[in-house]
Amino acid sequence: MPFPYEALLLALAIVIAVLIIRGKNLFACVMLSSIFSLLCTGIYTLVDAVDVAFTEAAVGAGISTVLFLAALSITGEKEVSTGIRRPWNAALIAALTGGALLYGVLDMPRYGDPAAPIHHHVAPRYIKDSPQEVGLPNFVTSVLASYRGYDTFGETTVVFTAALGVLLLIGGASAQRRSSEPRDKLAKNESATVEKDSVA
Amino acid sequence: MKRHHTKVNEISVMRAVAKVVIPYILLFALYVQFHGDFGPGGGFQAGVIFAAGLILYALIFGTVELKRVISPRLIEIGIASGVLIFGGTGLYSLFVGMPFLDYDALSPHHVPHGQHYGILAVEMGVGITVTFVMLAIYYAFTDRSEQ
Repeated sequence: MPFPYEALLLALAIVIAVLIIRGKNLFACVMLSSIFSLLCTGIYTLVDAVDVAFTEAAVGAGISTVLFLAALSITGEKEVSTGIRRPWNAALIAALTGGALLYGVLDMPRYGDPAAPIHHHVAPRYIKDSPQEVGLPNFVTSVLASYRGYDTFGETTVVFTAALGVLLLIGGASAQRRSSEPRDKLAKNESATVEKDSVA
Repeated sequence: MKRHHTKVNEISVMRAVAKVVIPYILLFALYVQFHGDFGPGGGFQAGVIFAAGLILYALIFGTVELKRVISPRLIEIGIASGVLIFGGTGLYSLFVGMPFLDYDALSPHHVPHGQHYGILAVEMGVGITVTFVMLAIYYAFTDRSEQ
């Protein structure tokens, strides 16, 4: 029997998750969540989903850690207690949701089952015909960019829209400069209130 | 974080290491971008890695230094231009008289070439948008912490 690397990585992931929940130092929690992503990268690589693993490594372990650190620079490193000592309601909801998900998993085909429906829909055609139709050795890219080009276009638009949302909510520097220009003219009359607005 | 900033600025080792490492991170991002047809990776991952390299530069040398190269205005243009490249590829095939995003339109006489060009263009669009979106989010955070 081969060594169960997946089980080892999953067990480590659970340990890290508990540490993140228990942790009070947010800086340590950010580092732990980065490690969690790295463990997920290992799991995805083991199940041969290298493209997903790559994304997890770049986004989860890389850039989101940096963005969390940038957020910490605004909020501070220490967790502030909410005063709720025993959040049993939250624990109950989490347990119910987790139980429902586990119940749903029972209906899924076994991992790696060649008879699973997902392996018999369009996947065989992509594997068989994409070298002739698209001609790329990596047919993950063929599916993403060509067969499913609409979806990828949609995803790019989602990223674009999400960025617009972020910029509108917490605002880039140039956006703030532009929006503060008309306010400056107003400021001659009621400088105090307007200034408070632009700072907020 | 101000405290961290001064600490970082004092450690010249980090600056020296970053100067060596960052060009390779950017180069690796380009490799992921253009090698996505043959191995794992593609525009999304490449964009994130490219942005990570630039953000690493900003963390060590200061966001002001990065803004001298990539201004917030350039970021706004970049975010939109990636989506426009993707959509433009689709519109081109429409104008030639084929379905939206059918890359065969790019090289009607040699179908695999058209697919190859189309995927390159589309992945390029994804990469550009993702790079600038990540930088925009980073700028938004740092602008806040400077206030």
